[in-house]
Amino acid sequence: MDRRELLKMIALATGSVMIGGEVFLTGCNNPDKVFGSGVFTEDDIAFLDEVAETILPKTNTPGAKEAKTGEFMRVMVNDCYTKEDQQVFHNGIGQLNEACKKKHGHDFMKADPAQRKELLITLDKEAKETTEKKKQFDKEQNEKEKEELAKGNKYDKKLMASHYFTMMKQLTLLGYFTSKEGKTGALRYIPVPGKYDGNLDYKKGDKAFAGLN
Amino acid sequence: MPDNTFDAIVVGSGISGGWAAKELCEKGLKVLLLERGRDLVHIKDYADSNKPSWDYSHRGGRTQKMIEEYPVLKRDYPLNERNLDYWAKDSECPYTEIKRFDWYRGYHVGGRSLMWGRQSYRWSEFDFEANAKDGIAIDWPIRYNDIKDWYTYVEKFAGIQGSVENLPQLPDSHFLPAMELNVVEKDVAARIKKYYDNKRTLIIGRTAHITAKIPGRELCQYRDMCWNGCPFGGYFSTQSSTLPAAVATNNLKLRPFSIVTEIIYDKDTQKAKGVKVLDAETNQTYEYYSKIVFLCASSFNSAWVLMNSATNIWPDGLGSSSGELGHNVMDHHFRVGADGDVEGFDDKYYFGYRPTGFYIPRFRNLFGEKRDYIRGFGYQGSASRQGWSREVAELNIGAELKDALSEPGPWRIGATAFGEMLPYHENRIFLDKSKKDKWGLPVLAMDIEIKDNEKKMRVDMMNDMKEMLEVSGIKNIKTNDNLYAPGMGIHEMGTARMGKDKKTSVLNAHNQVWDCKNVFVTDGACMVSASCVNPSLTYMAMTARAANFAVSELKKKNL
Repeated sequence: MDRRELLKMIALATGSVMIGGEVFLTGCNNPDKVFGSGVFTEDDIAFLDEVAETILPKTNTPGAKEAKTGEFMRVMVNDCYTKEDQQVFHNGIGQLNEACKKKHGHDFMKADPAQRKELLITLDKEAKETTEKKKQFDKEQNEKEKEELAKGNKYDKKLMASHYFTMMKQLTLLGYFTSKEGKTGALRYIPVPGKYDGNLDYKKGDKAFAGLN
Repeated sequence: MPDNTFDAIVVGSGISGGWAAKELCEKGLKVLLLERGRDLVHIKDYADSNKPSWDYSHRGGRTQKMIEEYPVLKRDYPLNERNLDYWAKDSECPYTEIKRFDWYRGYHVGGRSLMWGRQSYRWSEFDFEANAKDGIAIDWPIRYNDIKDWYTYVEKFAGIQGSVENLPQLPDSHFLPAMELNVVEKDVAARIKKYYDNKRTLIIGRTAHITAKIPGRELCQYRDMCWNGCPFGGYFSTQSSTLPAAVATNNLKLRPFSIVTEIIYDKDTQKAKGVKVLDAETNQTYEYYSKIVFLCASSFNSAWVLMNSATNIWPDGLGSSSGELGHNVMDHHFRVGADGDVEGFDDKYYFGYRPTGFYIPRFRNLFGEKRDYIRGFGYQGSASRQGWSREVAELNIGAELKDALSEPGPWRIGATAFGEMLPYHENRIFLDKSKKDKWGLPVLAMDIEIKDNEKKMRVDMMNDMKEMLEVSGIKNIKTNDNLYAPGMGIHEMGTARMGKDKKTSVLNAHNQVWDCKNVFVTDGACMVSASCVNPSLTYMAMTARAANFAVSELKKKNL
């Protein structure tokens, strides 16, 4: 297996490790047994499509809505998130809308693209701050756990919840850049390269090659 | 011959078993190849070998349900959506962890030859001499010269790409044309070579991918989707290589769903008569008979079969008279290294997905150097431009973000060390009869840990990489130790070691069980020490050598 690739797969552009995939790193136990508890309505999917489209809008290449990123978020949150994270995500839909009302005086779905973008830039900043706090908090908890384990004690560590916008942005990026639209539209998709050139000339603006895995 | 009688029985169809079957069939023996799992037909059964990422509903990731169902597999990368069917189900095949042990298994025709990392390195004379020189464990009963020609023999058939380097600690193979280091790796290689005055080298990772035509197979297409099974036969697996050769002789019978529960030992002749098989689908038992048995069920499962056999004579099983059966478990300890940012190559990129990285051969405790530990380690790594998942600090939302992430990011380089683990008698596996698997069979208990020598080595494993990156001009270097638990290397070895003396080893210099000479064990179980290089190529050579010996002994009527 390509173990050298392992670490590359983890960090996402949100500065946070892949949510739901934290076990990927730590191998820790996950006690949750309730899967797919959250219910997404059609309105939720449409809402998430617009959030995703604001993060990665259609330009001369396809946008996140065209890549059905809202529907992708539903599948990922239902199947891959813990119960707690699912709750954070569901609450986040309402919180994002409330934040929009506060900032622009109306629902996110009624906001124009500029208003949406302005709002999400604010939320992105907020989410990044939370991620930094979480990193520090979780680190302390992990160290505490290590200390207690070394002393032979059990320690029930609590990790801080992620920000809902971190989740939405992660899933938007993941969903879009692994979709057919993203890989073949925004990136260069070469399913059978047939050769390797380790010294290819590159000029700014050339698109990245989409990974096949 | 009756249909339950063969010249030879091979237990297990992975890298070692595939080689045993091929060699014995080609030498004219009628061979029964037993595999505990399902059949998995080359190309036809590689269901996802051309599947694009967007056809996976979780894009290759892991669901909470998978995490629930695979309590062991979830501990590392093997639990993923892409080739989940290739890994044994934890729930069907449990085991007992006296200490944490991660056991990643492939129960199907081809075994782990389908999912292996394909890194292929010869052992050197230093490796075979190591135990004797250090005065630990027991000496290997063979030296590099005993196996050298067998390496060449298996390399010609399997196809190993790599570069000729003339390094005494890492002998060159019979190579196919080498894959290429990329422009950054070449630059770093040159800087390392210069700084360390040729004493350290960065070379292309040697792998079992074909870069020149081998009959019946297509060249590697640089897709790096190997772990789904390769429809081109671009890398060595039982399916792409040894099995077709064995089938072509018309001497092979392959029987999937066949769990070998014991070797039938005849105390009058002091030889094995054959094996007992539990059909994994029907739960019926069968007996098959043969003149010789090749046990290639993977290191732990081969030991398990021995432990279950001839217990009326040896309570701890066939081959246990030395007290070493199941002991001396080794793996490679890893997941420690460093990475950093590369500057100055923004006008360079690469085309194709190279299914290997670079390799830095062992340099510690060689040529007179002495550290505060013995043995050494090598590094596997790569340099690449970051993808869309990178962080772009100044860009948050919108078209600018999409445009930026659609371009390759800055170059990064990093490597992970793979270190030698010593054979400790007390690191062992044994039968846990209080726990049963899906078929009612007793399971294995694992009691294995790394000790001071490995822990001291890990300090160098981290710091040496940091230093090599520093002297190569790499910026923002970060070291990492992602912690290692035995088993994670998926290089289990040592449970039925070879030796010169039947009092201290399970097998002799020809992989024959001392207590039962027509049983040969040629998988990782036979290893006396671990080296720091990936072991599969050595299993291939060892198996071909033992098969040749077995047939010559049969001809001489010594078996």
